[in-house]
Amino acid sequence: MSELSRLTKMFEQNKISRRRFLSQVSALGLAAAVSPALLAGTAQASVPKKGGRFRIGITGGSTTDSMDPGTLTSNMNQNVNWQIRNNLVEIDHNFNAIPELAESWGASADAKKWTFKLRKGVEFHNGKTMTAEDVIFSINHHLSEESKSAAKGNLGSITNIKSDGKNEVVFELSGGSADFPFILGDYHLTICPAGTKGAEFEKGIGTGGYILDKWEPGVRAFSKRNPNYWKEGRAHFDEIETLSIVDTNARTNALKTGQIDYMDRVELKTVHLMKKMPGVKVHSTTGTAHYTIPMLVDQKPYGNNDVRTALKLAIDREALVKQILRGYGSVGNDHPIAPVQQYHAKDLEQRKYDPEKAKFHMKKAGMLDHVFNLHAADAAFAGAVDAAILIKEHAKKAGIKINVVREPDDGYWSNVWIKKEWCMCYWGGRAIEDMMFSVAYSEGAPWNDTHWSNKKFNEILIAARAELDKEKRRKMYYDMQEICRNDSGTVVPMFNQMVEASSDKFAHGPLSAAMALDGMRVGERWWKK
Amino acid sequence: MKNVLILILKRSGASLITVFIISLIIFIGVEALPGDVAETVLGQGATPETVEAFRKELKLDLPPHIRYGAWLNDFIHGEFGNSLANGRPVAGLIGWRFGNTLFLALSTAMIAIPLAIILGMLAALYRNTFFDKLISTTTLSFISFPEFFIAYILISILSVKMNIFPSLAVIDPEMGLSGRIYAIILPSLTLTCVVTAHMMRQTRAAIINVLASAYIEMAEIKGMKRLRIIVLHAFPNSLSPVINVIAVNMAYLIVGVVLVEVVFVYPGLGQLLVDSVAKRDLPVVQASGLVFSIVYISLNLLADILSMLSNPKLRQSQI
Repeated sequence: MSELSRLTKMFEQNKISRRRFLSQVSALGLAAAVSPALLAGTAQASVPKKGGRFRIGITGGSTTDSMDPGTLTSNMNQNVNWQIRNNLVEIDHNFNAIPELAESWGASADAKKWTFKLRKGVEFHNGKTMTAEDVIFSINHHLSEESKSAAKGNLGSITNIKSDGKNEVVFELSGGSADFPFILGDYHLTICPAGTKGAEFEKGIGTGGYILDKWEPGVRAFSKRNPNYWKEGRAHFDEIETLSIVDTNARTNALKTGQIDYMDRVELKTVHLMKKMPGVKVHSTTGTAHYTIPMLVDQKPYGNNDVRTALKLAIDREALVKQILRGYGSVGNDHPIAPVQQYHAKDLEQRKYDPEKAKFHMKKAGMLDHVFNLHAADAAFAGAVDAAILIKEHAKKAGIKINVVREPDDGYWSNVWIKKEWCMCYWGGRAIEDMMFSVAYSEGAPWNDTHWSNKKFNEILIAARAELDKEKRRKMYYDMQEICRNDSGTVVPMFNQMVEASSDKFAHGPLSAAMALDGMRVGERWWKK
Repeated sequence: MKNVLILILKRSGASLITVFIISLIIFIGVEALPGDVAETVLGQGATPETVEAFRKELKLDLPPHIRYGAWLNDFIHGEFGNSLANGRPVAGLIGWRFGNTLFLALSTAMIAIPLAIILGMLAALYRNTFFDKLISTTTLSFISFPEFFIAYILISILSVKMNIFPSLAVIDPEMGLSGRIYAIILPSLTLTCVVTAHMMRQTRAAIINVLASAYIEMAEIKGMKRLRIIVLHAFPNSLSPVINVIAVNMAYLIVGVVLVEVVFVYPGLGQLLVDSVAKRDLPVVQASGLVFSIVYISLNLLADILSMLSNPKLRQSQI
């Protein structure tokens, strides 16, 4: 019985996947002893049915959107992209890397050379069979000199990609990367037929469960089931209509009147009313998304760690979660690793609001008279300006003076973020610790939005990347979270939940928190009851 | 008729110059905005390297006057160019949406103009009675609310509560006419509420103005019915200011309904323009800006011609 409780515990802590949990439990012949509550998701996942139309009302769509995997900048094209295309690797709901177009993979001992075996006989929507050539083309699309892809940074360590026969692709890296398969699960890295270029991407030819029928950027996309889909037990709808509905009220009304079946970004101010609506279900998932307040540590007085610590202590996180997120979130501990992630340092002491201590540090730095400019616009996240004003009040109790500078939403990411010394910011997070730290905390990374560089941190980061021993890695990531919490220039006040709603006529398996809309794969994973 | 032809010629010449100046202003305006299309399209996810690559691809590294010259040259040759953000031809992007915008504007006009004129006549007929005040108060209240507020009220009553009309005005090119009309009823009603007051008040005022003239008094003394006097004698002579107000409102219905488009998720030209400005997508901004200004100028020209034709005095005079 102790084996069962051990497995149960691991499952509850997200250390093993549901699939592994179930298979091990049944291997032990203990299935009947498992608490039904644990398997709620499985019960819901009864038997998927084929058919029906699924209508998604989604935010973020713009008339300037494109279907080029290199420029998937809105929720809308990211979602449609995964209706119609696949990656080599899929990130499942427990943040595991599972095979998608790659059947299996393996690494050399130093994790510098990765070999991916491709699934055989997978056809693109235009009838062409997918081969190593298409995979190499699709990855190189992000790597070329003229590429404008946001995935370029993550793939920077690739020195060479080559095929070994039609169905094997070999990646050579400049440094070891134990998480390389996860990187290939990034939404940009979907596989397109070799030679696709420019406006041809807008046709959306892929290997996915749906075929793109109509695509009007910023308005709607319409896709039909791919009768030839290779993946078992996925893509159940006959057709999916994806509508760009930027206005929150319009999305809410449309769901209420049955014009759409699914909406993202529920308004937190009215979510309690939405929960009472008949026929509507509200879902909230806790993923890796979080809000940050980065300070540029190469600017005065943020270079002084006493100043940074004082500001971190002068923020009442509990109050922010309550007032800005209306409880749909959890407090952050000044590092970007989310509680759902496998190497999250849960024993690390949670930083609390402490005006006295904040005052002490600020006094030590001799900066009690300094007025700190905090730049904010709701473009950073919904409620960012309100949050900044609350922070100003929190800091006042510590005798710290903050001046909230309101910035225009328009152009916020190009004119304020990483340009102004202290500003509000939002990160969607990354499924793996290495990616999150590399992208925004490592020395010299283009998105290192604090210009922070800590020698020890950077050394561990590179060592951990190539470390294949799980326990050693865990220790390394724990250390990095601690250094980040105590020294970095970023305040991470909270992790926000993703709150979405759907019609109760639809069913689903366990929800993924990797991205919004069931890991952006709602079209593939859901079905009509 | 000669006068009218001269007017059209003169105005068309002036319009060409206006359009050219507008294109220059739009270009300078978009240039003056912080950030460029490369930065805004790539967004938070952009690295300096990728932005640079994108800029090069879009030829944004060339100096502004050369880019403007190239655009103008293409435009004169009937080339609208491609969207910088997603490479689609601008003409295709705009054509369908402009059709949608016109469809909504014309449908609204078909309800709002007769309604406003009839109400205006009735208000003039029953001047200073409770009925007159009721019409004025109601229409003026509608115009005082922001249009999205009226939209939400209509949605919550007619769509959410009573479930008669859809809250989303989603239309696509394959939809039949009846489907389209059904889809746009709520936005159309919203816009009707917004534009009616203006036209109705002008009709009322113009008619009342004419009612003070001697020939109306004569008609009254002859014992003619008030309604007949207003419809047959006063209204035709008060057309000129009414036509002008109608033209202004028509122009508003075509160029100024972004909020209604957002609330009802209607794929019109306004939303495209807003998105393109936000992304600094110059060819699209230029083209939609020019379409809008041409509409504005033409409607004003049309109003002038019509009011001239409706007024014998203007018909004869030299301009």
